[in-house]
Amino acid sequence: MTDATSQPIPQQRKNIFQLLELDTRLLGMVGAFIILCIGFNLFTDGRFLTPRNVFNLTIQTVSVAIMACGMVFVIVTRHIDLSVGALLATCSAIMAMTQTAFLPDVLGMELGNPMIAPIAIVVGIVAGTAIGAFHGWMIGYLTIPAFIVTLGGLLVWRNVGWFLTRGQTIGPLDTNFQIFGGTNGTLGPTMSWILGVIAALAAIAGIWNARRAKSAHGFPVKPVWAELTLSGISAAVILGFIATLNAYQIPQGRLRRMFEASGETMPEGYSIGYGLPVSVLLLIVIAVSMTIVARRTRFGRYIFATGGNPDAAELSGVNTRMLTVKIFALMGALCAISAVVASARLTNHTNDIGTLDELRVIAAAVIGGTALAGGMGTIHGAILGALIMQSLQSGMAMVGVDAPYQNIVVGIVLVLAVFIDIVYRKRTGDA
Amino acid sequence: MTTPLVEMRNMSISFGGIKAVDDVSVDLHPGEVVGLLGHNGAGKSTLIKMLSGAYGPDAGEIYINGERATITNPRDARSYNIETIYQTLALADNLDAASNLFLGRELVTPLGLVNDSAMEAETRKIMARLNPNFQKFNAPVSALSGGQRQSVAIARAVYFNARILIMDEPTAALGPQETQMVAELIKKLKADGIGIFLIDHDVHAVLDLCDRASVMKNGKLVGTVNTKDVTDDDLLSMIILGKNPNDAAA
Repeated sequence: MTDATSQPIPQQRKNIFQLLELDTRLLGMVGAFIILCIGFNLFTDGRFLTPRNVFNLTIQTVSVAIMACGMVFVIVTRHIDLSVGALLATCSAIMAMTQTAFLPDVLGMELGNPMIAPIAIVVGIVAGTAIGAFHGWMIGYLTIPAFIVTLGGLLVWRNVGWFLTRGQTIGPLDTNFQIFGGTNGTLGPTMSWILGVIAALAAIAGIWNARRAKSAHGFPVKPVWAELTLSGISAAVILGFIATLNAYQIPQGRLRRMFEASGETMPEGYSIGYGLPVSVLLLIVIAVSMTIVARRTRFGRYIFATGGNPDAAELSGVNTRMLTVKIFALMGALCAISAVVASARLTNHTNDIGTLDELRVIAAAVIGGTALAGGMGTIHGAILGALIMQSLQSGMAMVGVDAPYQNIVVGIVLVLAVFIDIVYRKRTGDA
Repeated sequence: MTTPLVEMRNMSISFGGIKAVDDVSVDLHPGEVVGLLGHNGAGKSTLIKMLSGAYGPDAGEIYINGERATITNPRDARSYNIETIYQTLALADNLDAASNLFLGRELVTPLGLVNDSAMEAETRKIMARLNPNFQKFNAPVSALSGGQRQSVAIARAVYFNARILIMDEPTAALGPQETQMVAELIKKLKADGIGIFLIDHDVHAVLDLCDRASVMKNGKLVGTVNTKDVTDDDLLSMIILGKNPNDAAA
């Protein structure tokens, strides 16, 4: 220890980004996102950045963003999953059939039974995990390329979903199940503020904990003002987000119906904000967990090692075949969770649910900096990628761009984003 | 004579009808350095990959300390304290030195999470001994020079108390000074009682560092000689002509 710390650590002149140890690539993406938002806001006469639209944007992004978290691991290990949209449809169909047909008809549970939603969700997640693990087994142990396995999976699961429901729309879904949909499940302003403050404190504690761990081993740390700035920015972003969601007021008509449903009359002039949607909270929990998995667990370390050099990982004793099974099983579980959010938002299972989601999910991960060559990618990048895609889409819709032009623009942005990334990596010398 | 640390008996392996290694037997004693010589494609690396668990042999038996060992994958080899420095170094380029050093054997916190700062501290300690100039602890190893990458690979093999060390052309990418460093390291490890298989092209390096040398040609063993008893010309004729000097004498 002493001979390690006695080494002089060369102090070079650093610019502000290096001092803050911020990822300049991430900053670029955040910058692009901010410009995008401000641009749309100008073209829509300020309708884009209203609490209402921010609220809608976040709940529209959740389903794709949850799957993008799993897609990061898949792409980092040099695989691809083309079946996520179809798998979402199958999971959604299984959960819809479980809660509307199997539990009431076969087990005789009454509709509205509080156990229906949890049972349906567990059944869906088990099914998604099993299907994903099966894909992973074919890829890892039978060495069939992931592209082929999941291309086949796309056709199979899209139509298994169709078969299970005979193509019908299934609904309305259980009211407890619908909590995960967005507007039907929000925490309200008080609870949202409490969670926001806890999250802000946790972020600050995380920053200072990391600093303490570093200095305990005598490693160089950032200047205190840099840590303070980072802490301040993190807290401001979290609380600002909560304030925006709280500012979106529940419409009066809806509020009156809610009071009537509980047998009370609404006081005159009463109004209350939506607050944090449960689905967004779910995304945040998944994103934080997946980030911890990626950075602080052996599983995550092996994912990145395998992506960087599969032979090296294998020679170092990593069981890369089993790793592939686990990654695809995790992807399947996340597809099932996305299916909960997507079908709950529609309050029905529809036959075309999740159509083309595989492309949105892959695009989100890639725009978010996940390299198809493997070994590189972040969870927060993928979520930001999903948010950028969704903002582009709904922003253009608000401006009044015709549907075909919307898709043309999204396609061009995807290619352009990857090109800019390649140029950036060449300049900075990152692999 | 004492029980050999490693005995590989009648090893054979084929790839698509080509016998890459054909009925080869070699052994290694504690504190001994055995050189493996031969042309490119003679089968040296393939032979050694059966010991490190990268390939499963078609035929042949491996004995560690006189006991039959089953090595079907790299995890098995590690459980016998066999460490390998591969010619390709086998580093994950996107990870930093500490992550590579501990790959597959990460230090974890009581909660089971990867303990990066402890691993970095250990890496700094071992690097201070092996290569004091090494400073890039937070950069991915793709950003390191050939010599620095080599020291990460060597550190990984040395850190975990190897008893059997396999070095596949450890100095191929190195300058003269770093080559000297590796030579000294080999002598030091040998003095610690570690057995080393050294694969090399350089006949002089083998004569200098090894106690015995086994020469291979076209997948077959030409012969094993004591380096004290032979000249570099003898070794070269074994490599090029496949002629065993002991046979000629007999």
